[in-house]
Amino acid sequence: MSLDIETSSYGGGFATPAVDAANAFRAAMNAMARPGRLQEISGAQPPAGISPAAGCLLLTLCDPETGIFLAPDVDSPALRSWLAFHTGAPFMAADRADFALGSWEALMPLSTYRIGTPEYPDRSTTLIVELPEFAAPNASLTGPGIKDSMSFALPDVAACQGNAAQFPLGVDFFFTSGAQLAALPRSTSIQAKD
Amino acid sequence: MKTEISAPARKAWMSLLAQADEAELSRLWLAFDRTPDFDWLRAPEAGGVMVRGRMGGSGAPFNLGEMTVTRCALTLADGTVGHAYVQGRSKPKAEIAAKVDALMQTDAADDLRQAVLEPLQQAQQTRKAARAAKAAATKVEFFTMVRGED
Repeated sequence: MSLDIETSSYGGGFATPAVDAANAFRAAMNAMARPGRLQEISGAQPPAGISPAAGCLLLTLCDPETGIFLAPDVDSPALRSWLAFHTGAPFMAADRADFALGSWEALMPLSTYRIGTPEYPDRSTTLIVELPEFAAPNASLTGPGIKDSMSFALPDVAACQGNAAQFPLGVDFFFTSGAQLAALPRSTSIQAKD
Repeated sequence: MKTEISAPARKAWMSLLAQADEAELSRLWLAFDRTPDFDWLRAPEAGGVMVRGRMGGSGAPFNLGEMTVTRCALTLADGTVGHAYVQGRSKPKAEIAAKVDALMQTDAADDLRQAVLEPLQQAQQTRKAARAAKAAATKVEFFTMVRGED
């Protein structure tokens, strides 16, 4: 058995892991607590193909006990070795994963993912959806964490409404683009805007 | 730059570095006198690992005990990656071990083997032999007297 010389695809992790991960976790937590509101997140520089925000989220949330599903559009050997080096998280099929990463089209259909059980609604998948940009709002969000209502651009309003209707079961979403993220927990109710 | 290194060889030198005496390793490294440019991929950090074993080498795995290790990873200017997992809490030792691991994958391998790895190997063997001799001195031979039954 022989190995090729090991060259680096591991750069771009958190420079000061404890501080950077705490800041990133705070951004992720604020995003979930204020659905639809954009948060800045930074600290990591993942390999080409995924946004810095998604890279930060994965470094912060994943460890050897959380399975990751990489959708075909982001899956690459470079990303796999980067995540393995920094988090040690195993890669899994979509129906067993705790986190799923990819563009909206590549992640669909939503029925692939775990939505939890009535006894353990937390045993569900969190989808990290890569968006090219946060587009013009097409939906109005209300519910916990939103004072009146919040305008937000969802990739597919009907699918997200279907997910919210399963509450307390269902998946949760992070939307990432560049260095920004927003979240949509299953508890938020969604009205289409015309 | 060498294109291929064998996995057992790398395992052997990483194991040697992990168990080496810190004072000895840093003396040999300073004598080797090469300071490559590098960037940290993972700065040295101390932590615990659970050492597991199998009874007789083939039984069910059991937890032998926890030990303290220090790990780090770095990349040289040419992109070669070196990893280190060493016994104890010494960050300088982990840094040297990772540099040696990285340089062993480059053209410097032969010089490095001569200057650092072989002396370490000898020291390790001397330690082992001394320990074995000490143990052998306390060994008791049991034997059965002929009972003269026939």
